[in-house]
Amino acid sequence: MDQFTLNLLFVGASFALYIGIAVWARAGSTSEFYAAGRGVHPVTNGMATAADWMSAASFISMAGLIAFTGYDNSSFLMGWTGGYVLLALLLAPYLRKFGKFTVSEFIGDRFYSKTARLVAVICLLVASITYVIGQMQGVGIAFGRFLEIDTTWGLLIGSCVVFAYAVFGGMKGVTYTQVAQYCVLITAYTIPAVFISLQLTGNPIPALGLFGSVESGEPLLAKLDAIVTDLGFAEYTAAHGSTINMVLFTLSLMIGTAGLPHVIMRFFTVPRVSDARWSAGWTLVFIALLYLTAPAVGAMARLNISELMWPNGTSGEAVSVEAIDNDPEYAWMETWQKTGLLDWEDKNGDGKIQYYNDANEDLQAKAAENGWEGNELTNFNRDILVLANPEIASLPGWVSGLVAAGGLAAALSTAAGLLLAISSAVSHDLLKGQLTPNMSEKSELIAARLKMEEAIVVEV
Amino acid sequence: MSEETTNAANVAEQDKGYWAANVRMILISLVIWAVVSFGFGIILRPALSGIRVGGTDLGFWFAQQGSILVFLALIFFYAWRMNKLDKQYGVDEE
Repeated sequence: MDQFTLNLLFVGASFALYIGIAVWARAGSTSEFYAAGRGVHPVTNGMATAADWMSAASFISMAGLIAFTGYDNSSFLMGWTGGYVLLALLLAPYLRKFGKFTVSEFIGDRFYSKTARLVAVICLLVASITYVIGQMQGVGIAFGRFLEIDTTWGLLIGSCVVFAYAVFGGMKGVTYTQVAQYCVLITAYTIPAVFISLQLTGNPIPALGLFGSVESGEPLLAKLDAIVTDLGFAEYTAAHGSTINMVLFTLSLMIGTAGLPHVIMRFFTVPRVSDARWSAGWTLVFIALLYLTAPAVGAMARLNISELMWPNGTSGEAVSVEAIDNDPEYAWMETWQKTGLLDWEDKNGDGKIQYYNDANEDLQAKAAENGWEGNELTNFNRDILVLANPEIASLPGWVSGLVAAGGLAAALSTAAGLLLAISSAVSHDLLKGQLTPNMSEKSELIAARLKMEEAIVVEV
Repeated sequence: MSEETTNAANVAEQDKGYWAANVRMILISLVIWAVVSFGFGIILRPALSGIRVGGTDLGFWFAQQGSILVFLALIFFYAWRMNKLDKQYGVDEE
């Protein structure tokens, strides 16, 4: 089977699963639509919240951000998980205790003000719509790459799927679909990481492999530091920015994460306040499974890429154009060149591709000596790292198909959660709370669904 | 003084005790939260550089994995303590 069929198979099967679950868990009442009837088990809710919370940014981009910067981008790891701690300690249990459906409803009641509620709704809408547009763009791009279709078509297909299960399922449908999406995304993230960790360090747990040793007995991180400095790049494990910048950047990521309305909303689905607290813990367990693996994925991919470009370091020979064209080990470079996210150019015409930091003085001297004319790996988009990782490590084709399904699961689950936050803000807070307080439960349910359809259309 | 007033006073006293315990719990948690991430992971990293972990130092481990593991322990500890506190002051929902 070729790669295209494999991708289609994995993505298609995962979508069929999501829609199947949505049909099985249709919402019948407003309580089911907004809060899944408040009957979700803490572990189930934890898994769904983790899928809701981890967007395409966590799945696709984060490891790439860490891979090309190293220690300095640890801010993303600490910031996003640390923000979640704030949410779990300071917000979630208290909001659940208050017994309302939406965040804006809480604000309105707490401050005895309809205006406050309106302001909260507007803030929520602006934040959620911006965020959902980003997610759906990610879906469009991922579809475009894996199903070899236009990005706009990818966007449309993705929207239809989200529409199908978010509109009919409400919070109940979304919760159970997100559980499935979590399983898909964590498997897709872990399997290639386990293979690569085994290849490099012999340790099947990537998080431990990161601090383990390579075959020669040298620690992996020490080897990586040596390789990247040889190419003129900054040492992987060292700090380069100012301490105060890193502290402030981490802090802002934390505060931003603590306020995500679609995540806070999830804590309304559990039966009791004590469940909201346990649920918060389980969510972080499921998030940590990905977040502890991500720095390993980043470091190992960086090592693999550097070694592919310079099999024996800069004192040896760089990879030849001929090898890139013919060697199956380099086939991924051609696949990704087509997307415009990866490119190279043999500037000095020596038939080899020299990848190095041409802004580094030591390397400039070395380049003058050897007749290199600048870095020849002209473009390497960080976002392709996770998606291309299985191919870079020469893993079988089905792993790539799985990763495609995983990336889509991460983006779709967040998009559905956001759409739910948008639709409940409009129908519950705006229509029922402000304009027509006497609205029946049934018409509110219809309004909520209509609103969600509208939100999808707007975002497309 | 009627019995009712004493009861009301007792309840107010209890509420205060519950809230004080709640706030203390949050403060302890937040201190740990800040020390492992901002402290060990960033500001105190140079001071900890003598402790080697798998080819690098302890600060790097805290920044990339350690703080996440501590956060995890923290949330479970908080859930366990707070639920116990709820029972103790009779504000749980059983």
